[in-house]
Amino acid sequence: MERITYRELRSTPKVWGLMALCAAFVGAAGIEVFYLAKYGPIITGLNNQIVWGVPHVFAIFLIVAASGALNVSSIGSVFGKMAYKPVARMANLLAVALLIGGLAVLVLDLGRPERLIMAMYTYNFTSIFAWNILLYSGFIGVVAIYLYALMARGVSPKALKAAALLAFIWRLALTTGTGSIFGWLVARTAYDTAIMAPMFIAMSFSFGMAMFMLVMILTTSITHRVYSPELRTRQARLLGVFVAAVLYFVIVYHLSNIYLAKKTAYESWILLNGGIYTWLFWGGQVLIGSILPMILLFHPKIDTKKGYVLLAALLVVVGGFAQLYVIIVGGQAYPLEIFPGFEVSSSFSDGVVNSYTPKLGEFALGFGGIALALMIAGLGMKFLRIVPENLSDDNVDPAVLAD
Amino acid sequence: MTNPSKKPKGAEISRRDILKSGAALATLTLAPGVTLMAFGGKASASEDMPADGLKPGARWGLLIDAGKCPEDCSACVAACSTEQGWENNGLDTDPQWIRKVTLKETATGRTNSLPVMCQHCENPPCVDVCPTGASFKREDGIVLVNRHTCIGCRYCMMACPFKARSFVAAPVTGQKSYSPRGVGTVEGCNLCVHKIDRGDGTTACVEACTATGNNAMMFGDLNDPQSEIAIAVATYASQELRADLGLGLGVRYQNI
Repeated sequence: MERITYRELRSTPKVWGLMALCAAFVGAAGIEVFYLAKYGPIITGLNNQIVWGVPHVFAIFLIVAASGALNVSSIGSVFGKMAYKPVARMANLLAVALLIGGLAVLVLDLGRPERLIMAMYTYNFTSIFAWNILLYSGFIGVVAIYLYALMARGVSPKALKAAALLAFIWRLALTTGTGSIFGWLVARTAYDTAIMAPMFIAMSFSFGMAMFMLVMILTTSITHRVYSPELRTRQARLLGVFVAAVLYFVIVYHLSNIYLAKKTAYESWILLNGGIYTWLFWGGQVLIGSILPMILLFHPKIDTKKGYVLLAALLVVVGGFAQLYVIIVGGQAYPLEIFPGFEVSSSFSDGVVNSYTPKLGEFALGFGGIALALMIAGLGMKFLRIVPENLSDDNVDPAVLAD
Repeated sequence: MTNPSKKPKGAEISRRDILKSGAALATLTLAPGVTLMAFGGKASASEDMPADGLKPGARWGLLIDAGKCPEDCSACVAACSTEQGWENNGLDTDPQWIRKVTLKETATGRTNSLPVMCQHCENPPCVDVCPTGASFKREDGIVLVNRHTCIGCRYCMMACPFKARSFVAAPVTGQKSYSPRGVGTVEGCNLCVHKIDRGDGTTACVEACTATGNNAMMFGDLNDPQSEIAIAVATYASQELRADLGLGLGVRYQNI
C-alpha cells in the first residue's frame, strides 16, 4: 500500500478540449444574458403565472447537488469512513463549483441582476431567500476552509474534524433553507409542507453523489488515473440507498397529500391528468430517475460494471431535473385555489392550468451554469493538487473497506 | 459656523402650514429621468383626514359587494389601468393589477362576478419572503413594492395566495410620475396610495365603480368606527378570501 498522492491534471488536448466545450456553453449563456438585459424577460417563456422556469430548475439542481457533493467528503471526515478520504478534496472543490454555477444562474435570472448588491445591504431577515444569501456565501467560505484543512500540511486531525463538522452542519442548514423556499409557501397546494426540507436533503445526497461520480469517472478516464473499483462500488451502492431515500420521501409526500381532502384534486392532477408533469413524474422522476438507477446500482455484478455506474449516475441526474421541473414548474402550473367550492375564470388564468413553454435561451442559461461549475472544477483540478493519482484498490485501506 | 442641529428661527413653520398654503410640491430627483413627486394636499383637507393621508391608526381597506358587480362590467379594471399606467393587451405577460373573476358555485351552479386585486394583508406573505424588503407594508396597512429596491426575484409572486402581482417583462413607457414602474420588477395594486396621500379619500377603482351606479365597491378606514366602511362591515356579513390562511386582509367581500 502506497501513500495517496495528489497531482494537478496534465495539459492534454482532452482536458483543454473539455474546457473549451464548457466555455462555449458559458458563452451561449452570456448571449442569453445580453438579450435579457436588452429586451427584458419577455424573451423567455415566463409569464405572470409561471414565474420560475427552466433556469430555476437548473439553479436549484446545482445548489442542491453542491451540498450533496460535499457529503462525499463528510463521510470520510465526519463519519470516519477512511476509504472516502482520498476523494474528499475533489468533493469539496466540486461542491463549491456546483454552488457557484447554480448561484450564477439564479442571479442572472433575476429581473434586475445588476441590483444584486441591494440584497447585500437591504436585508429582510424574515425572508428565507435572504437567509439563503448568507447560507450560500457562507457555504463557499466554510468549504474553502475545510478544503484548506484537507490540503495544508500540519493541520491537526482535531482541527480537520472541526472544519468538516462545521461544513456538514452548514450544508444541512443550506439544503433545509433551499427546501423551505417551497415548503413554507402557504399559497400553493403543491408546497406548504414541512417535508420539503428533509426531501431536499435526501435529493442533495442523491444528486450530489451522482454528480460527484460522473465527474470522478470522467476525470479519471480522460487523465488515465485510477478510480478504485472498490470505492466506486461502495459509492454506487450508497447512491442506490440515496435514490431509495428520495423515493421514500416522494411517496410520503404524495400519500400525505392524498390523505388531505383539500389536496386530493392536486394529487389526481399531478399523478394522473397533469400532461407533461404527469409524464415527467412517472417517466422522468420515478422510472428514469429512481427505478432504473436502483436496478443498476444494486446489480450483483456492479463491482465489475463501470458502465452501469456511469449510466445510473446519469439517469439519477436526468431524473433529478425531471423531479425539480415537476416541483417548481408543476407546482406553479396547478391553479391557485382562491375560491374553494367555485369554478373560476378570468383574463388572468384563474382556474386553469397555467402554461409555460421554455425558450432555448433559458436552457442556454441553465446549461451555462453547469458548464461554469465544470469549468471551475476543471480549473481547480488543473492547477491544484486535488485528484488522487494512485487511487487503486490496494491503496484504499482494505481493512477499512471491509467494514 | 452654523450648528447643523440647531434650526434657524425662520424655519419654524409647521407642516400643516405648508399643506394649507396650497399646492406644496416637493420634487426629489433620484436619478436622471427618475423623479418622485409628492403633492402637498388640498387646503380643504379635514382635521380627521390630514392631506398627506397618513392618518394615525388608519387601516385603509375596500369592501366589495359581489351581489352588485355585473359580470359584463369592468370599469374598475379600466380605471386602474388608466390611473396607474399599465396596459393589458391580452398577453400572459401583460400586467393586471386588478382583474374581474367570474365564479360558479360547484354545488349549486350559481354564478357571480367580482374584482380581485392585492388584498393588502395584515400579515403579507409577499413582505415575509422579499429578500430585500422591497415588498413592504405601510403603517396604514397598504402593501407596496419599492420599485427601486426590487431585484425581480419573483418570490413574492410565488408566495401571494391571490395572484395579485405582475412581473414587468418588457421596458415600459408612459409611466405616471406618482406610480413608477420598471422592467424586471414586480408590481401590483397600491390602493392608489398617491390619491390617499393627497387626501382624495378614495381609489380609482372605487370612483369608477361609483360612477357606473353599481356601487359595488367602497373605500375607507376600517379602523375608524364612524367610517362608512367600518359601519358596513359591522352591520352586514362580509368575508376575507382564503380566511383559512389567517392573513388579515384589508379587502373584504360580500355576497360571494
